[in-house]
Amino acid sequence: MPRRTIYHAVTERLEILDEHGNIDPELDPHLTAEQLLALYRTMVRMRLFDQKGLNLQRQGRMGTWGSLQGQEASQAGMALAMEPQDWLTPSFREHGLMEAIGVPMRQIYAFWRGDGRGAIYPPHVNCLPQAVPVGTQFLHATGIGLALKKRGERAAVVGCGGDGATSEGDFHEAMNFAGVFQTNTVFFIQNNQWAISLPFNRQTASETIAQKAHAYGIPGIQVDGNDALAVYVASREALERARSGGGPTLIECLTYRLRDHTTADDHTRYRSADEVAEWQKRDPIDRMFAFLAGSGVWNDEREAALRTAINQEVEAEVEKFEQMSPPPPSDIFDYFYEVMPWNLKEQREQLLTEVARC
Amino acid sequence: MLRTEPITGNDRRVAPAEVPKTTRMTLVQAVTRALYEEMERDPTVLVLGQDVGKDGGVFRATEGLYEAFGAERVIDTPLAESGITGTAIGLAVAGFRPVAEIQFMGFVYLALNQFFCHAARLRNRSRGRYNVPMVLRMPYGGGIRPPEHHSESYEALFVATPGIKVVIPSTPYDAKGMLASAIRDNDPVLFLEPKRIYRAFREEVPVEPYTIPLGKANVVRVGKDVTLISYGAMMRPTLEAADAVARDGVSAEVVDLRTLAPVDVETLTASVAKTGRAVVVHEAPKTGGFGGEVTALLNERVLMHLEAPVQRVGGFDVAFPPALLEDYYLPHRARVVEAIRRTLSY
Repeated sequence: MPRRTIYHAVTERLEILDEHGNIDPELDPHLTAEQLLALYRTMVRMRLFDQKGLNLQRQGRMGTWGSLQGQEASQAGMALAMEPQDWLTPSFREHGLMEAIGVPMRQIYAFWRGDGRGAIYPPHVNCLPQAVPVGTQFLHATGIGLALKKRGERAAVVGCGGDGATSEGDFHEAMNFAGVFQTNTVFFIQNNQWAISLPFNRQTASETIAQKAHAYGIPGIQVDGNDALAVYVASREALERARSGGGPTLIECLTYRLRDHTTADDHTRYRSADEVAEWQKRDPIDRMFAFLAGSGVWNDEREAALRTAINQEVEAEVEKFEQMSPPPPSDIFDYFYEVMPWNLKEQREQLLTEVARC
Repeated sequence: MLRTEPITGNDRRVAPAEVPKTTRMTLVQAVTRALYEEMERDPTVLVLGQDVGKDGGVFRATEGLYEAFGAERVIDTPLAESGITGTAIGLAVAGFRPVAEIQFMGFVYLALNQFFCHAARLRNRSRGRYNVPMVLRMPYGGGIRPPEHHSESYEALFVATPGIKVVIPSTPYDAKGMLASAIRDNDPVLFLEPKRIYRAFREEVPVEPYTIPLGKANVVRVGKDVTLISYGAMMRPTLEAADAVARDGVSAEVVDLRTLAPVDVETLTASVAKTGRAVVVHEAPKTGGFGGEVTALLNERVLMHLEAPVQRVGGFDVAFPPALLEDYYLPHRARVVEAIRRTLSY
């Protein structure tokens, strides 16, 4: 018997806007001017809100901050495709996407300053607190997606993570379970090419992350993660498939982390200035600006007005964030169990007595 | 033999007037019965794990559930403990009450990251918005001569992790009532089943659903000279030891902890305050085992009542040995009797 091919895999890549902001007319999703501007405004909001987090950290007014700069097109493209009934299981770099679906900036600032109250989100936003142990959140997206499917809800869940997270076992278990149970899940990977100091080519021998979907029998696609239109189109397709019971999808957004991993990191120790400069030329916001300006719906004047308006909003959020009273010490006990057990009651009392003595 | 007489101690909840309908069943049958009743009572209860469906579980703990409730509610999963646990967390967050089975406790390490970092913390992390009403159930402990990694007792790891309740029944009656409580609990519960006594004996168990509150120990035998404290499969050698010393006129009180987290400190301290002596028995390694916690609680609260140091009887501080040596490892009647004598002769 001759050896024969029993499985043949092809992975697609989607690009719609090129680096100079030129659109591929065949792939143009024909968003309305209003949608395009909403997409752009969301990206600029992310940049300015994120930059403020970095500034606050440098001034000693913030804990650790993991910048998302460079990934705005990925997060805004997904945000535009999500609907209010959808769920999000974010990791620690998804604050832009979270803000875009309705989590106030002040909550995110508070969370990263070390205030547990920062994980209180508006009731209409279906979002879990940001997962810190890398990759764990993918399985929650599988479980939530299974729950949505069992109830026949027209809703999907987006499980987020980076290239580093795709090496964790939970990523693979999550895709495997999601494939077997055909859950309403979208695995949304922002491959920013650096997991702290580890470059993508040391993370995996696979050419892409998208191709890993083949191993689990689910669709996978790579998109240009600095192209908000491509991300939007791929996200819309995947979410629609999930909501309608068509099963999970893996989306890889190939993008770049322009800043340090977090404010506790120094990226100049492990990557070259030339490489960063090369990716700065592919800034997703500049690309979208060029496209919108070329379409005649945007200009420098409107840009300046937008930035002024967003900065005012960010400042107002920072003011509210900084006016938050410190959390009461009893907070560390009060949300742990539905019914507080005797040992927590005793320890809570002990702490409050200690505090009262000081 | 473990208790075969009608239910005694704190659990007498059935008034003599209304003679309940009961049936004789083993501990594993009681587990199955509780799962069945809770699934029947609440459509959000799901069972998931390896081989839990058509096969009915490797110990047959889920026997018949697949036929009764179908593949949508009795879910055979791929072989991955973290996957089972993390998926159960997602299901729980989104409105279900999953009962996830880990086939043997020796394989639970793979589930710990999900269970400890998320199930145990999500209520607190989300400030009460999301809770994780899941049960992680599994057979634990030695005594059935299986291959390596099939006999472990890692309960102390879970007790040391805030946010989880840890429940270990020792009788069919308790197994049914406490599993029902665990499933109805709105926080994550680790439910450990002593597989050595899955089928060791039968007792009369009410056929109707009932619950036994979590966090309540059971004084299964009243005595005055020494308190023996144990749980799960070790209740058997502990009660045998109580019988053995009774022949010498020693009256041992026997406390079945039933829940390790939160432990019933009131029952524990009341008993030892009365007897003045205590022996705690478990099969997990002695060092870092729950016996140390019990000893510390007694020292903190009833030191002035103690006539002798609290004695700990545990497994040895080694990996659970291969099958041919497991009888040397596991605490047995003589080892418990020896500890009782030490505390009495102090």
